[in-house]
Amino acid sequence: MDKRRKFFVQTIFLFVIIFLIIILLNNLIINISRTGLGFNFNWLSKPASFSIAEHSLPYNPSNSYSWALFIGWLNSLKVIFFSLILSSLLGTILAFARASNNLLIRIISSGYITVIRQTPLLLQLMFWYFIGFLGLKDNTKFAVYDFFNMSNQGIKFYSFEISSEFAALLFGLSVFSSAFIAEVIRGGIFSVPNGQWEAFRSLGISEKKGLLSIIIPQALPAIIPGLTSQYLNLAKNSTLAIAVGYSDIYAINDTIINQTGRAIECFLILLISFFFLNMLITNIMEIINSLVMNFKK
Amino acid sequence: MRRLICGIIFLPFLLTSCATFNQNNYSRLDLIQKRNELRCGVSGKIPGFSFLQTSGRYEGLDVDICKAFAAAILGDPEKVDYRPLTAAERFTAIKTGEIDILSRNTTFTLSRDSSEGNGLAFGPVVFHDGQGLMVKNISGINSIEDLSNKSICVGSGTTTEQNINDAFESESIPYIPIKYQDLNQVVAGYLQGRCSAMTSDRSQLAAARSGFNNPKDHTILDIVLSKEPLAPASEGSDQKLSDVIRWTIFALISAEEQGITKSNIDEKLELAINNPRLKPLRRFLGVDGGLGEKIGLSNDFVIKVIKSTGNYGEIYKRHLGKNSKVPIQRGLNQLYNKGGLHISPPFN
Repeated sequence: MDKRRKFFVQTIFLFVIIFLIIILLNNLIINISRTGLGFNFNWLSKPASFSIAEHSLPYNPSNSYSWALFIGWLNSLKVIFFSLILSSLLGTILAFARASNNLLIRIISSGYITVIRQTPLLLQLMFWYFIGFLGLKDNTKFAVYDFFNMSNQGIKFYSFEISSEFAALLFGLSVFSSAFIAEVIRGGIFSVPNGQWEAFRSLGISEKKGLLSIIIPQALPAIIPGLTSQYLNLAKNSTLAIAVGYSDIYAINDTIINQTGRAIECFLILLISFFFLNMLITNIMEIINSLVMNFKK
Repeated sequence: MRRLICGIIFLPFLLTSCATFNQNNYSRLDLIQKRNELRCGVSGKIPGFSFLQTSGRYEGLDVDICKAFAAAILGDPEKVDYRPLTAAERFTAIKTGEIDILSRNTTFTLSRDSSEGNGLAFGPVVFHDGQGLMVKNISGINSIEDLSNKSICVGSGTTTEQNINDAFESESIPYIPIKYQDLNQVVAGYLQGRCSAMTSDRSQLAAARSGFNNPKDHTILDIVLSKEPLAPASEGSDQKLSDVIRWTIFALISAEEQGITKSNIDEKLELAINNPRLKPLRRFLGVDGGLGEKIGLSNDFVIKVIKSTGNYGEIYKRHLGKNSKVPIQRGLNQLYNKGGLHISPPFN
């Protein structure tokens, strides 16, 4: 009896949801056609006729809008990928610094985390860009012969060059995310019972070895879910690139919306791109998580 | 996989949540009258056109155009709700109905006006502008060729971005565009030395330069990259509202042509009432002809407009004249009979 009632309630619930979706979709379609914004993706193959400062693959303004979007997407991926690595490294170092026995290191790291976590990312990005990187007016201020040159035009090692915009975004995102990642990692380490620490110390295992082979493996299951959500945030935060003049997918979308007037299609593309990117990050982290769980067994 | 399916199912929710319930076709003019307030999209960041004053009020040519519309529709120039918008937001704001009228340095172009493009309806041009380049005097740059391989600060999501590309591409001169979302960032990037030049409409360059510490250290090059006729706009399918926009601006221009000003409007009205022979003036001021009613306004809408903002020349002088904070020569913005481009069709 109880089972049948449950089934009945769930069926009704399902129908209500489907009904709601149909109403809303119908509404969307009516409204879109009423304002003359009907879906149309023909513009994707038309020439973009705007230039992009940074591109990893060949691009010129005669290329299509879809190619411009792809270039923007690659720019986004580039900054997300390097920020993921940089912020993880920085976050790990900070986490250990915060758990350190040395008082000075502990104060510095917790001060860093407090300041970074308590201020908005947009403000920080603007700070790094307009005051940090563009503040270096002189071309020769940070030059080491021909190997390294840092100016408000960007950073140059040998023939490898990165622009101020990319540098500011990479730096800003990494610094911001590292503070959150550090807290996640620290939380994971602290979740390991104190007895474990005492146990390996009493067995005469060195601090370094004990941490790496006893504490961290037990902390990882607690760290990974939190880390995943920080990584997802990082990927989404990368759209603030527009504030520092970096040509990521969002900035390029912005230009395209203005030129074509196709706001809904452009946002749809953006939405789907981020949806799949974040699905990818989630699934990779899931795989890492299951590996860790197996390892633990 | 399970997560993917859930995500795909719930994606439509996100999309449909922005859908508003369907309304019957009616003009926004009725809505504005019912609401008793006009929602006007402005920039809020361009001195002389629309700029937030220390008193908390918006001032400028674009703002006065909004006031003229409010006076024409509601009889009161202060019944305006100003919505500051970025260049990229402005068209969506009209399409979604967040604002009634856009009065924000918007260049009138085919793709913005067409139903297959942005689907707007543009009013008459209120300011004829052209795109220019500003450089620092010490850089020694004085032509497009000198900017080869240099970086140029541009505002994204504007016609400027396309124009600068057209100009450099046709001459096969390479350049690096550094794009920012709004004019303040473009100015900051330029002043900080990220770019050798900044580009925007010449009026905006002049306005920005007026706020620099040493305006004399910067030069606006003589090259004009494009024509930029700036005009207010409304939703493309709403003819009633776009008629109101069109004829309110023509009223401002026509009033200047006939020498009708804020201070002499009452005399002119009396003159029209007492002299049945002055047919054009009587029609213009709504004594005869019932022209206002034909566009859904009261017959004396011209009087209300001129009483609140003055004619086009008065508006221009107040915000962009010699003694204003952002002096810009009238040039193309003179009346047609004084060597400019502003002309009004007859009020018949």
